[in-house]
Amino acid sequence: MDRTIITVVGKDTVGIIARVCTYLADRKINILDITQTIVQGFFNMMMIVDTSEMDTDFTSLSEGLGKLGEEIGVQIKCQKEEIFDMMHRI
Amino acid sequence: MKEVFETNAMVEKENLDVRTITMGISLLDCAGSDVDTTCSKIREKIIRHAGRLARTAEDISREFGVPIVNKRVSVTPAALVGASCCRSTDDYVKIAMTLDRTASEIGVNFLGGFSAIVSKGMTESDRMMMKSIPEALACTGTVCSSVNVGSTRTGINMDAVRMMGRIVKETAERTRDNGSLGCAKLVVLCNAPDDNPFMAGAFHGVTEADAVISVGVSGPGVVKYALEKVRGKSFEVLCETIKKTAFKITRVGQAVAQEASRRLGVPFGIIDLSLAPTPAIGDSVAGILQEIGLEKAGAPGTTAALALLNDQVKKGGVMASSYVGGLSGAFIPVSEDQGMIEAVECGALSIEKLEAMTCVCSVGLDMIAIPGDTPASTISGIIADEAAIGMVNQKTTAVRIIPVIGKGVGESVEFGGLLGHAPIMPVNRFSCEDFIRREGRIPAPIHSFKN
Repeated sequence: MDRTIITVVGKDTVGIIARVCTYLADRKINILDITQTIVQGFFNMMMIVDTSEMDTDFTSLSEGLGKLGEEIGVQIKCQKEEIFDMMHRI
Repeated sequence: MKEVFETNAMVEKENLDVRTITMGISLLDCAGSDVDTTCSKIREKIIRHAGRLARTAEDISREFGVPIVNKRVSVTPAALVGASCCRSTDDYVKIAMTLDRTASEIGVNFLGGFSAIVSKGMTESDRMMMKSIPEALACTGTVCSSVNVGSTRTGINMDAVRMMGRIVKETAERTRDNGSLGCAKLVVLCNAPDDNPFMAGAFHGVTEADAVISVGVSGPGVVKYALEKVRGKSFEVLCETIKKTAFKITRVGQAVAQEASRRLGVPFGIIDLSLAPTPAIGDSVAGILQEIGLEKAGAPGTTAALALLNDQVKKGGVMASSYVGGLSGAFIPVSEDQGMIEAVECGALSIEKLEAMTCVCSVGLDMIAIPGDTPASTISGIIADEAAIGMVNQKTTAVRIIPVIGKGVGESVEFGGLLGHAPIMPVNRFSCEDFIRREGRIPAPIHSFKN
């Protein structure tokens, strides 16, 4: 398993989750967990996904999601999970 | 989820980054009897080891979502590598130019190690290498130079101190058209560590392996934001907050270092736990001091606040990484720190106060612009003072001072980029010429005799 964290932050609109999920499904990326809240009209989502089976490389995924984010009008970032574990767990 | 958003906020709003990945490369096996052969061996070896450094660092940066600002290389002190083949200062300049070209070729922004270690005495090649520094720094862009003039074990080599005063001045003259920028790439150290990843003092010491990866972390902005939440609280809360933040920052460095070491197949050396400011708004060590409760950096209490900050950064960072080294502490470079610049401009901060601050922080008088007509002996005097602080307190100290040719107090100089801009600071006008003219060295202090 190769876990990656995807975060989506921005103004709420119709179909954000749908479009991100479709994008991931097209690249054989399995979603393990989704948490989502709306804070003062702002959409905050965090996804944990498994990228071990994906048919693209990390750089194109990161750039592709960035571009998709621009289209929807939100900011999408993807980062390897290790960095969060390292920072916040002893 | 909170942790994920906290991390991303640190990167986006609070300037969290990894300041530098530095690969140290030993060039001892490149030394030969002919300077051209030595140069081509140097180029070949650096490319073989660090050819993929910049690319790998960018990949890691993208995958972790943390910016890695600088990719750098440090090499064995040039005075050692060139000892057997350099017959003149021109030969040393040739080595500097090879290093410069190679650095641009592999895409690193600075290469350190045009250095000499002369803490007790100078060989003929050390002397020649030091004399070549002004020319070398004038005709290269990425090469950084350092000279270690003293240590707690050996005392201070005052002949080297005297020479360096003149070399700093000459370097300033040679680069006068660029605001004497050459001096920003030249640092005079006492107790220089072998594994420092930060420029301009980085070199790959002879105690090190063939190649190592060291990482310098940063994050004054992150500490400042964290402290904003505990305004008015006790020292205990203050220290605890700095420690926790330093831990997190260092862990990011540790993660990046391990990953880079794995991908490049080069052993991991150390993490340098330093709070390294940048001219960016909010990324300032002076900003932290103000947040701790000072009106401006330089106000009474500054030395105590800095001592506290430095110690807590180390205590938090040491827990986060098994191997800590380099300079490790808070940096106080004037031109690279917006808060320091403001403090100088409004008269809160003087060179004398900065000197006191260097007793309790990680390095020394760093990126300080002084009038261009300051005599070489006065610069030597400043170097000697700083080296004495390092020698007696068993810590690293350094002087990176820029006599800006053609400018005086009240004016300022622009270096651009990470080096920032600096107001020219007044220097004590009384002479130390007769002191500096004495030959020989200052003996090692009594507490260095530990056997």
